[in-house]
Amino acid sequence: MSADRQPTCACAAPAAKPSPAGLGRYLLWGLPLLAAWFAVYRHLPDLSRWLTYHLLGLTPGSHLGEAVEFFLYDTPKVFLLLTLVVFGVGLVRSYFSPERTRAMLAGRREAAGNMLSASLGIVTPFCSCSAVPLFIGFVSAGVPLGVTFSFLIAAPMINEVALVLLYGLFGWKVAGLYLATGLMVAIAAGWVIGRLGLEHWTEDWVRQMRAAPGVMLEDRLSPAGRVEYALQAVREIVGRVWPYVLAGIAVGAGIHGYLPQDFLAGIMGKSAWWSVPLAVLLGIPMYANAAGVVPVIQALMAKGAALGTVLAFMMSVIALSLPEMLILRKVLKPRLIAVFAGVVGVGILLVGYLFNLVL
Amino acid sequence: MTQIKMFGPGCAKCRQTEKVVREAVATSGAAAEVVKVSDMLEITAAGVMSTPAVMVDGKIMCLGKVPTKAEVLSWLVS
Repeated sequence: MSADRQPTCACAAPAAKPSPAGLGRYLLWGLPLLAAWFAVYRHLPDLSRWLTYHLLGLTPGSHLGEAVEFFLYDTPKVFLLLTLVVFGVGLVRSYFSPERTRAMLAGRREAAGNMLSASLGIVTPFCSCSAVPLFIGFVSAGVPLGVTFSFLIAAPMINEVALVLLYGLFGWKVAGLYLATGLMVAIAAGWVIGRLGLEHWTEDWVRQMRAAPGVMLEDRLSPAGRVEYALQAVREIVGRVWPYVLAGIAVGAGIHGYLPQDFLAGIMGKSAWWSVPLAVLLGIPMYANAAGVVPVIQALMAKGAALGTVLAFMMSVIALSLPEMLILRKVLKPRLIAVFAGVVGVGILLVGYLFNLVL
Repeated sequence: MTQIKMFGPGCAKCRQTEKVVREAVATSGAAAEVVKVSDMLEITAAGVMSTPAVMVDGKIMCLGKVPTKAEVLSWLVS
């Protein structure tokens, strides 16, 4: 099956090919591949320096030299990380499904339900094109509205591509903080929306729907099947995302090499208090996947932009996406969509200020 | 006659599923009625939350992913 690129649909579920290969054959290939991965990864800084200054003969310290070295270092690094993590997360996702998640969340009380829901949002394979059936399926089966929202906020925002890139470019602390605050925003925003009691702001026909019985596939995946599922996920996600990653790193390299130091500090630095709300607002109409945004953010930060502002921008771009809100229009009245965007927006705002204060 | 229903709101994966299913039906030569369900209400009423999904004679055979031609053929045989 040819690798398909879907620029509009964020489906993460891949097509698993039933192959006669057992787990043994995968391990036979996989372990040496993993060793090679580590060997290459460790030598990337040296490799990129050698390529830039010896092979290409660029001058160390020059704009072009800096930019090219950045690009040649970051590109393989990011792709190596992406491949490994998408594979790992694919393996985890093979254990989850919206049907199973719904069964776990039905009838849960708020707070605990919000926390479980946001966590499940990270590991459940979720396609934004099935947001509507999923929403209705959850709500009509007894999952509280706020708990459903926690899931819908966490799922697109805390995606493994974003986390990998943040880790690769900023280190585990920033990635960890993004994960933690992303969860907090999803839990808190979902909880607040639940408390506001806005069930009557869903479209009327939604409330009239009765839950259809849970649909589950009978056959469970074998270990080899899970590996294939994960491999297919790598093919599809990396196959869809690579041009954006490349472009993002290229832009980042350009900024890294050519923009003067602290150029953006005035606009996006900590002292400009209005930079955080501006960042959140700017992110709303923009719709990009995490892959493209993160490398640009790195270069922006290297030039003096505050971490909180930049992360708020990133969260806003990913979590408050116009296409998804348009999709949800089928089940939510505009008022509820506005409340949703407002609550999440405020949450992201607070995260931005918090980061700027603390770091 | 075998009744095949494909659930999907119309993203690329759903179109790919339809293509695979129709190809498999043509190859197998089986007598099958292939229906594409894009209406959200119908999809929800069927209890489907992950699209694309394929239902054969009332039973869900594929959920949340594009089936391979081989898989579809195996359903048509059974």
